[in-house]
Amino acid sequence: MTDKILSVEGLTIEFRIGGRFFPVVDGLSFDLARGEMLGIVGESGCGKSTTALAIMGLVEETSGRVPAGEIKLNGENLLQTSRRRMRQLRGNDVAMIFQEPMSSLNPVFTVGEQIAEVVRLHHGASRKAAMDHAYDMLCKVHIPAPEKRLHQYPHELSGGMRQRVMIAIALACGPSLLIADEPTTALDVTVQAQIFDLLQELRDATGTAIILITHDMGAVAETCQRVLVMYAGRKVEEGPVEAILTEPSHPYTSGLIRCTPHLDRDPPAQLPMLPEIPGIVPPVTELGKGCPFRPRCPHAHARCADMPPVIPVSANHGAACWLQEEERAA
Amino acid sequence: MSADPILEVSNLTVHFQNRRSNPFAPHTTVHAVDDVSFSLPRGSTLGIVGESGSGKTTAALAVMRLGPITAGSVKLAGTEIAGLKGEELRLVRRKMQVIFQDPYSSLNPRMRAGQIVREPMDLLDVYDRSERADRVAELFAAVGLRPEQESLFPHQFSGGQRQRIGIARALATDPEIIVCDEPVSALDVAIQAQTLNLLRRLQKTFGYSYLFISHDLGVVQYVCDEIAVMYLGQIVEHAVQVDLFRRPLHPYTWALMSAVPSANLAEARQRRVLLTGDPPNPIDPPDACRFAERCPFAEEICRKTAPPLRAVANGRKVACHLVSDDGEAPQHREGLEGP
Repeated sequence: MTDKILSVEGLTIEFRIGGRFFPVVDGLSFDLARGEMLGIVGESGCGKSTTALAIMGLVEETSGRVPAGEIKLNGENLLQTSRRRMRQLRGNDVAMIFQEPMSSLNPVFTVGEQIAEVVRLHHGASRKAAMDHAYDMLCKVHIPAPEKRLHQYPHELSGGMRQRVMIAIALACGPSLLIADEPTTALDVTVQAQIFDLLQELRDATGTAIILITHDMGAVAETCQRVLVMYAGRKVEEGPVEAILTEPSHPYTSGLIRCTPHLDRDPPAQLPMLPEIPGIVPPVTELGKGCPFRPRCPHAHARCADMPPVIPVSANHGAACWLQEEERAA
Repeated sequence: MSADPILEVSNLTVHFQNRRSNPFAPHTTVHAVDDVSFSLPRGSTLGIVGESGSGKTTAALAVMRLGPITAGSVKLAGTEIAGLKGEELRLVRRKMQVIFQDPYSSLNPRMRAGQIVREPMDLLDVYDRSERADRVAELFAAVGLRPEQESLFPHQFSGGQRQRIGIARALATDPEIIVCDEPVSALDVAIQAQTLNLLRRLQKTFGYSYLFISHDLGVVQYVCDEIAVMYLGQIVEHAVQVDLFRRPLHPYTWALMSAVPSANLAEARQRRVLLTGDPPNPIDPPDACRFAERCPFAEEICRKTAPPLRAVANGRKVACHLVSDDGEAPQHREGLEGP
C-alpha cells in the first residue's frame, strides 16, 4: 500500500511486575492506511490500550519498556526518535482521545483555551489566530452555539459535548493518525451513535486514519473497515469486518461475538442462554508458552502447546490458530 | 408465574429540592422520578431501561427504601413499605436485597468472602446460627465459587468472581425480590455472559423475582420478561420483551433501539442517527411531553400537554399522544423501517 500511514512490526512491550519484566504485548504487527478505520478488540488486559500508549510514545513514561519492534509513522520510526521529536509529533501528527472526557480536560481552562493551546504549541499560531481556529474546530465537531461554548469550562458541558471537545483538540492540528480509546464507554447510547457518526464524518473529510479501541463488536461493525482481535497481548485474528463478523476463524473471536447479548430485533419469547467463554484472561505473569487461549478454548488439543503463527485464511484475513492449518489441509 | 405481584409500585414520585444559589433565587426542583407505577409478578424479571438521568436508579433505590420517597406507594408482597421506619423497616430488608454495579467498591476489603456472604444473615437474624455456615457453603456452590475460597479476601478474586460474591450475599437471606442495579456493566464482555447466565439459572432453580436496572438494551432483552422504558423520570413505554423489541411504539424506544450498535452487518450499515443532542435535565420540566424537543414526530399537542401512560392494543402501555389506541405509532405511519 502506497498510502500507508502507520506500520507496527513485531512490537513487544514489557512492564515490570515484582522485579521482573513480563510482556504485555508480544510480537504485534499491523498496518494502517490513510483514511482507514481499524478496530482493536479484546477483553481488558489484552494489551489494546498499551499498544496505543506505545504509538503515542508514552510507554517509557509509565515504567514500561519496548525491547523489540518497530512503530513507523509516515516512515519515521517512533521508537528511535528523541523525546524532543516525539513531543513535536504527539498531539500534532498523532493524537489520542480517552474514555472519560471529564478527566482528560483541564477543569480550570475554558474549552477554547484548551483547543487553542494545541495550535499555539505546535504551529506557533498567535493567540487570536489560535482562538479563531478553536472556533472553527468547535463548528466542525458540531457543537451548538460554538461562540458561547468557546468561553465555557468543561463542567458546563454535557458528557457528549465534552467528548466532542476532546475530538476537536485531537484533530486541531490535522493529525494523520487518531487513536480513540473506548471513546464512548462513558456515554449514553444515543450520544454514542452521534460520536461514531462524527468520527466517520471527520475521517472522510480529513483523511485521518483512526484506530478505535473497544470491546464492543457492534461498534466495530458500524464504524470500521478492518478489525484486529487481541488476546493476552497477541494478535489472534485480523481481517475485514465482514469476514470477521460472519466467519470468525479464531475460537476467541467467535466466542467474543457470540457471548455478547446483541439486540435482537425479532426475538423469541425466551432467549436461549448465552454461549459462555469459560474462565478469565490469564494474568501476564502466568502466561506460559503456547497459545494463551488454550485453557479457555473448546477446541484445544496437544498442538496448542506451541504458539501458532498467524495463518492466512484469505488474502487479508488471518488467524493465529492451528485449526486454520487443518482446515487448509482438509 | 402466578398472577399476584410480589412488588407493586404506584405513583412513585421522588423530587429533590435544589439549594438556591442566593436567597432571592427561585426554588428549583429536580423531578428525578415522576408518578411511576409498575408491578413485578412473582418469579419474573422486570427491566427498567433508560439513559443516564432517566431516574431508573433513583426509582430502584426508592423501592428498596434506600433513597427518599416524595409520594406514592410501594407494596412488597401486599405489605405497604413506603412509610415504614426503624426496626420495622430493617426487618423488611430480609425480603429485599440488592446486587450492585461495581463489584470492586461494594465488598468490604477487610472481610473474608465467607463472612461477607454470612453477614446479612447475622444482621437480619435469618436462619439458625448453627445453619448459617452450611447456608454460606450452599450459596458458594450455587454461584459457582469453590468452598475453599470462603477464606479469601475480595482483592484475591477477579471482577467476575467478586460479582458472584455480591450475588451470593444478596441471596443469603432468601429475599423475595432482588434489585440488580447494572450488575454487569462493570464487567468484561466474556464475564458478562457468565454472570447473566448465572442470574437466569438461579431464577429458574429458586424462583427469584428480579427488578433489573440497566442502560444496555441487549442485556435487558436477554434477562427480562417485561420491560419499562424510562425517560426523564417517567415511564414512556411498558411491554413484554417480545412486543417491545419487535415493534417499539414510543418514538423514544424506537430511536433508542436504533442507536444500539449492531453486530449484524446489514443492520449496522443502514442505521441512522435519529436523536440529536443530549437528554435535557430534569430540573422543573415543562408540563408537556418531556421527549417532545428531541422527538422527530412532535406536534403541537406534544408541546402543550403531557401524555399519560395509557393502555393500547395487546395490553401494552405507552405515554405518547401520537400512538393510536390500536397500537400504531408515528414511525409506522411514516413508513419508516423499524430499527
